[in-house]
Amino acid sequence: MTLKFVERIKADVTTDIVYMMCPMHLLKLEEKIKELDKGQILEILTDYDGALEDIPGWCEKTGNEFLGIEETEDFYKLYIKKGR
Amino acid sequence: MRKCYFDYVATNPLHPGVFEAMLPYFKEEFGNPLSLYEAGMKARNAIEDARARTAALINSRPSEIVFTCSGAEANNFAVRGIALAKQNEGKHVIVSRMEHHSILNSARFLEKSGFAVTYLPADKHGVVDPDVVKKAITKETVLISVIHASSEVGTIEPVKEIVKIARERNVIVHTDAVASAGNIPIDVKEMGVDLLSMAAHQFYGPKGAGALYIREGLRIVPLIYGGIQEGGRRAGTENVPAIVGMGMAAELARQEMKERMEHVKELRDRLISGIRSVDNVYLTGHPADRLPGHASFTVEYIEGESMLLLLASKGIYVASGSACSSKALKASPVLLSMGVPSSLAQGSIVFTLGKENTGEDIDYLLAEFPPIIKRLREISPFSRGWDENGQGNKCYTTSSEEKTE
Repeated sequence: MTLKFVERIKADVTTDIVYMMCPMHLLKLEEKIKELDKGQILEILTDYDGALEDIPGWCEKTGNEFLGIEETEDFYKLYIKKGR
Repeated sequence: MRKCYFDYVATNPLHPGVFEAMLPYFKEEFGNPLSLYEAGMKARNAIEDARARTAALINSRPSEIVFTCSGAEANNFAVRGIALAKQNEGKHVIVSRMEHHSILNSARFLEKSGFAVTYLPADKHGVVDPDVVKKAITKETVLISVIHASSEVGTIEPVKEIVKIARERNVIVHTDAVASAGNIPIDVKEMGVDLLSMAAHQFYGPKGAGALYIREGLRIVPLIYGGIQEGGRRAGTENVPAIVGMGMAAELARQEMKERMEHVKELRDRLISGIRSVDNVYLTGHPADRLPGHASFTVEYIEGESMLLLLASKGIYVASGSACSSKALKASPVLLSMGVPSSLAQGSIVFTLGKENTGEDIDYLLAEFPPIIKRLREISPFSRGWDENGQGNKCYTTSSEEKTE
């Protein structure tokens, strides 16, 4: 799977889980996506490398759209659009 | 023989109401808070209830409380967790020389990991001057940790003023409130600190439960990795009975704080005036800005340990400086940093009072203690004086590369 890099995506909700390890990225993702309406965008800030594989996989499995990642010096920003 | 416990800073007895609240979680409510069925849900709810009660004690949000297993763990978590989280912004940490070993040794760990640490001096009353903090801040400073109230000398530090200075320079502030939380009012929003440590057994709660307040939005590197407990910030199956006990102890402390403070303050003031009337006995710490149940002294020409043992033979239980210092038979670094000569620092004795103490306890102490001092001085080789080799009252910074004074 190739990762799509994106820039300046405007998110509706942001969750900061920098320094949190697996499986916090999936738990927070599930918790936060519930707060969104269809079409809204969730931004996850994380430095956990496993998220780069797990979050796109979770999106595919759950019918949400993985928009891509943006790298900063210290962490990644992952963008997820709520599908249903 | 009468038994008088004057060592509340070492630990408190468990409040009967706290014990009752904990009991079900040792027995029928034994579920793991992570389990999805009823037993787990009950344990989970009990922890969240305790979190809300603990938060209310210091006016924080429940989500800003992370439970730990002790005050020392909370201190380690704060110092190491923030320094590591902020190391890309700078590698300089400031701590005071009034700190507990859980802060000082965490700072030493950081030094070994390539951080520079400044150890701030205190004045003769054990007060860390905010101006000294200001001068110690550099472009590299990421964290300042100053104790809220000293367990050894009782002094309450000007943490709010230190926070104001730190804010101007965008530096995070942690305070170790293990000796003060639950004993005097604390409002983290008013104080402005970013992190604050506390321990349940210092306010009639159980041992094995502590907490770290972490201001919302602050990133911190966990000390313990593993599961998702405490929002992934502190892994390990929760000590549910102890956490429940901490919550109940916090609730009771909040409700009864005013009465408890008035009670111990009155006894403390009688104790101080009674003991100060003995020759060559000096109050340590601040005369006014001190914990309400705290009376600490240095007694000239005598070792603290010998006083402690003779008092114990009379059923009076006290401490002589910090536990670590007394076990190593070293003069207290806290007293030395306040400029107390090492000979005098050896004669440190600390009385800390609690709600169970009575006026009769103070009468008994004041009757028994002066003859003990007299007896020990008669046999003391130190009454003829000894060599001074204490550390000076200096501010020094160290790094892994160089050590300067």
